[in-house]
Amino acid sequence: MKRKIVSTILCAAMVISTMAGCGSSSSSSADAGTSDSGSSTTANESTASTEAADTTDEATASSGDEGKVLNIYCWNEEFKSRITDHYPGYTEKDATTGTIGDVTVKWNITPNDDNAYQNNLDATLLKQQDAAADDKIDLFLVEADYALKYVDTDYTMPVTDLGITEDELSDQYQYTKDIVTDSDGVLKGVSWQGCPGVLFYNREAAKEVLGSDDPAEVQKAVADWDTFNETAKTMKDAGYSMTSSVNDTYRVYSNNVSSKWVDDSGKINIDDNIMNWVEDSKALVDAGETGTHELWSDDWSKGFYPDGKVFCYFGPAWLVNFSMAADTEGSIGNQGGWGATEGPQGFFWGGTWICAATGTDNASLVKDIMLQMTTNEDVMKDIVVKDDDFVNNKTVMEEMAADTSYSSKILGGQNPLGIYCKGVETLDLSNLSSYDQGCNEEFQNAMKNYFEGNATLDEALDLFYTAVEEKYPELTH
Amino acid sequence: MKNKSKAVSYNKWGYIFLLPFIIVYVIFQLIPMVTTIYNSFFENYMSGLKQIGPNFVGLQNYKDLFAQGDIWIYAKNTLVMWILCFIPQILLSLLLGAWFSDVRLRLKGSRFFKTVIYLPNLIMASAFSMLFFTLFSDGGPINSLLMQIGFIDTPYKFLSNAGSARGLIAFMNCLMWFGNTTILLMAGMMGIDTSLFEAAEVDGATSSQVFFKITLPLLRPILVYVMITSLIGGLQMFDVPQILTNGTGDPMRSTMTLIMFLNKHLYSKNYGMAGALSVVLFIITAILSLIVFKVTGNDKRKG
Amino acid sequence: MAKNNQTTSKGMGLHARRVIAYIVLGIITFFCLFWFYILFINATRSNGELQAGFTLLPSTHLVENWKNLLAGTLPVWSGMFNSLIISTCSAALCVYFSTMTAYAIHAYEFKLKKFIYPFILLIMMIPTQVTALGFVQLVSKMKLENSFIPLIVPSVAVPVTFFYMKQYMESSLPLSLIEAARIDGSGEFHTFNVIVLPLMKPAIAVQAIFTFVSSWNNYFTPALILHDDKKKTLPILIAQLRAADWLKFDMGQVYVMIAFSIFPVIVVYLILSKHIVQGVALGSVKG
Repeated sequence: MKRKIVSTILCAAMVISTMAGCGSSSSSSADAGTSDSGSSTTANESTASTEAADTTDEATASSGDEGKVLNIYCWNEEFKSRITDHYPGYTEKDATTGTIGDVTVKWNITPNDDNAYQNNLDATLLKQQDAAADDKIDLFLVEADYALKYVDTDYTMPVTDLGITEDELSDQYQYTKDIVTDSDGVLKGVSWQGCPGVLFYNREAAKEVLGSDDPAEVQKAVADWDTFNETAKTMKDAGYSMTSSVNDTYRVYSNNVSSKWVDDSGKINIDDNIMNWVEDSKALVDAGETGTHELWSDDWSKGFYPDGKVFCYFGPAWLVNFSMAADTEGSIGNQGGWGATEGPQGFFWGGTWICAATGTDNASLVKDIMLQMTTNEDVMKDIVVKDDDFVNNKTVMEEMAADTSYSSKILGGQNPLGIYCKGVETLDLSNLSSYDQGCNEEFQNAMKNYFEGNATLDEALDLFYTAVEEKYPELTH
Repeated sequence: MKNKSKAVSYNKWGYIFLLPFIIVYVIFQLIPMVTTIYNSFFENYMSGLKQIGPNFVGLQNYKDLFAQGDIWIYAKNTLVMWILCFIPQILLSLLLGAWFSDVRLRLKGSRFFKTVIYLPNLIMASAFSMLFFTLFSDGGPINSLLMQIGFIDTPYKFLSNAGSARGLIAFMNCLMWFGNTTILLMAGMMGIDTSLFEAAEVDGATSSQVFFKITLPLLRPILVYVMITSLIGGLQMFDVPQILTNGTGDPMRSTMTLIMFLNKHLYSKNYGMAGALSVVLFIITAILSLIVFKVTGNDKRKG
Repeated sequence: MAKNNQTTSKGMGLHARRVIAYIVLGIITFFCLFWFYILFINATRSNGELQAGFTLLPSTHLVENWKNLLAGTLPVWSGMFNSLIISTCSAALCVYFSTMTAYAIHAYEFKLKKFIYPFILLIMMIPTQVTALGFVQLVSKMKLENSFIPLIVPSVAVPVTFFYMKQYMESSLPLSLIEAARIDGSGEFHTFNVIVLPLMKPAIAVQAIFTFVSSWNNYFTPALILHDDKKKTLPILIAQLRAADWLKFDMGQVYVMIAFSIFPVIVVYLILSKHIVQGVALGSVKG
C-alpha cells in the first residue's frame, strides 16, 4: 500500500510539470492529467495514436508486403507490459500472444538464469537466415553489459535502415546511444529508459558526522575519490561504513574508463581507473570502512535501515524508489531519510535496449514500435506517469528537473532530477567492448579474494585472466 | 515344441525387452554423446555470435587441459567435498537402516521418521541455497547466535574461508541426499526374508551381530549401487556449489568442482574443451567405479 | 560396536540405545523440517520485510503475496499442470522400462548380454552436463521445441534406474519363480507384467519418487526447450519471477511460489512412500 502512495505522489508531480512545460500538446496531456494515474488507458492511448499519425507516414504498419507474425525475444515481462499499456493498437490475446492490426505478436520469454536467454537468442539468431519468414526474430531486447555482443554483428539492423533519422532521436541521452553503437559508429538500437545514477546518502549520518545534510554541503565531502576516501575515515570513526560493499562503487569507476577491456589484438587490458578501484577498495576494506558483500545480498541491504549504519549507496532513481525498502516501516527511505548528490563521478545502472533483427519481415512495424516507444513524447510522459520510469528524453526530464513543485518523499523532499540529469551528461561510454559482461563479472569475483585476504593481488589477477579466457577462448593476456 | 527350441525362443525376449531402452538411448543420448567425443578433437567455440571452427586440432585440447594443471585441483576439490559428504551420509544411513530394521529396538513413530528423512530432497537446490545464504550471511542468524553465546567476536565469513565453504557444501549435499540413501537401503532391507531375523533372535544373536552378519551381506548389491551412484553423483557435483558460490568456486576456486569447470567452457559453447574435459572426467569415473566394483564385486557372487 | 557386544545383558543396554536413537532421530528430524518452516515463514513476509533480515516468526502477508502472484502475468496453474504431466509421465515411463530392461538382463541369457550390461554401466558414468547442449541442438533439429516429448521420452533410458532395478532383482527376484510361471504356461510379457512388476513394488516406488522429484525440480533442460509461457514448468516460472524487472521484483511472491511448487511433490511423496515405509514397518512388527 505504501509503495502505491509514494508512486502516486511522484506521478502527480510529474503530470503537473509536464502540463506546465509542454505547450504544443497541452490539451492532450491535460486529458492525461485529469485522469487518475492507474485507470484511463483509453484516453492516453487515443492521444498517443493521434500523435503517431504526425510523426510517421504510416502509423498502422501492417501494409500488404509485411509478415503476419512479429516475434519478440526478451527475458521478462517488462517490455510486454510497456507495449500492452502504451503502444496504440496493441491488443493482448493471452500471456504470450497479442495482435497489432492483423499482425500477430509472439512473445518468446526466456529467463536470464544460467545464461538461458542469450543461449536461446543466439541459437535462434544463427538460424535466422534459413528460418521461415514467420519464425524469424523481428525484435529483441538487450542489456548494456552484453549489448555490443549483438550490436557489433550483422544480426542487428542499423536504425537508419529502418528509416529512423538521427533527428528523431536527438532528444535521447547520448550514453544510451553509445551503448548500442557498433565499432563503425552505426547506431543499432534504441531505449525508452534513462538510468543515470547518483549518490544517495543517509541524512542522519550526514548531519551527525558532516554537520549538514544539505546536498551541496555533502557533495563537498564526496566530490572526488580522494575526499570520498577521507570522508570514509571520518565515517568509520563515527561508527558508519562509507558504503555497504566495494561493489557499490565498481560501476562508477568502470563507467569512467579511458580504454577498453580488450585491445585490438585480443589482449586483455585493465584500465587505470579499474585499478584505482582495486587500490581504493582494498584500503577501505582493510580499514573496515566497507564490506565485500554481493549486491542484493542480505548483508548488502542492511544499510537500508538505520541500524545498518551505512553512509551511502550509488544508484539510479529506480534503486531508491523501488529497491531500498521505502515501503517498509522503519527503513530510512520510509522516513524520508535519504539525500541525493552527484558523488565523485557520473554513471548509469540498468536499462533495456530494443534491437531490430536483420531479416525481419516486419520492418515498418518494428520502426513504428521503436519510434512510438522511445521518441513519442506523449508515450514517454505516459510511461513516466504510469510506470515511474526515468525516460530517455532530455526535454521531458529537464522540464521536470526545473519544476520546484516536484519533490521526492523518500529523499526528504528533495527534487533530485537535476542531479540525475547532470551526472549523465558528462558520461562517456565510448570505451565499451563486447566482452564487458564477462570481464566486469569476473573482475569483481576475482578481486573479492584479494580484498578478503585469500589471495595476493597477483594471484587474484591471474584468477581473473584464467576466468576470462575460459569464457572467451580467443583472448590472451 | 521341444525344450531346446523353447529356451532359444525365451532368450529372444531378452532382446525384445531391451529394445525400448536401446532405441531411446541411441536417439536421445548416444548421438549427442558421440558428437561430444568427436568435438573434443576440434577447435570449436563461439566468440559472441561468431562461430570459430570447427578446425581439427588433434589432441591439442587435451594438451591445453593438462598444461594448465588446474584440472587436478578441481578433481581434488570434488573428491574432498564428496568424501566430506559421503562418509557421514553412508554412516548415518546405515545407522538409521540398522535402527529401523532392528526388531528389538521397536522404535515408536519410526514411520514418521522414515518419511521425514527424505523431505529435504524435495526442495529445489536453488531454493535451498537461498535459505543457506540467508542463514549463513555475515549478519545472519547463525553469526548472531554464535556472537551471542560468545563463541566469536566478529562475524565469521562462512563462504570466504575454504574450510567452512567446503564444509557447508558438503553439509548441504549430505542433508539433501542422506534420505535418498537411507530409502534405498531400507527398500533393500525389505527384500530380506524376515524369518532370518527371527531365527537369529532365537539363537540369541545381538543386534549388532544381526546387522553385520545378516543385514549387511544381504544388502551388498544395494550397497554397491549406493557406492557407485554416489561416486558418480559426487564426481558430477554441480548445483549446490554452483549456486552457493554464484559459479565462482570462491574462495580462490577451492570449491570449484569438475563440472563447474566444465560449465565455464559451456559459456562460450566451447565444445572442443568441454568435450575433452568430459572425456577425461569419464575416464576418471570409469577407473574409480571399476575399483569399487573390484573391491565389492567378488564377494557378491559368493554371498 | 564392541561396546554394544559387552552390554549383551539386554534391558539397560537396549533402553540406553533407544534413548540415543530417539535423540539422534530428533535432531535429524529438526534438520529435515527446519527448511520447510523457514520457507513457510518467508512466504508470509513482504519483500521489504525479507530484505530487513531473517526472523523465526511468521508475518501477515501470505494471502497478499499469493494474490499478487495470481494477479501477475505468470500462468501459475498451467505451470503446475505442465510440471505434473511431465513428471508423472517421466516417472511412469522410467520405472516401467527400466524394470523391463533390468529384467531382460537378469532373466535371459543371450549373446549380446555380455556386451550390453557393461555398456549400460559405462554410459551411466558420462556426465549429463555436456550431452545436454548437444541434446538441445538435436531437439531443435527434430523440431520438438516447445514440446513435452523431449522431456518425457528420454526417461525410458535412464541407466541409473536400470542399475538399481538390476541390483534389486539380484537380491530379491529368484529365477525359480519365473521358471515356475513358464511351467504354468504364462507368456513372457505376461509374466513380466503380472508376476515380476508386483514383486518389484518397493523398488518401483523408490525410483518413481526419485524420478518424479528430479523431473519436477529440473530447470536446465526445460528452460532450453520450453519458451511458450503456457508450456513452461514451475522451476522456469520461478526463475522468471526472480528475473522480474525492478518494478515488479518481489521476493515474497518468489517464496510463495516455491512453497506452492513444493506442495504437490510432498503429496506425491507421501502417497508413494507408503509402499516403502509400510513394508519395512511390517517386517519389524512381525519380528
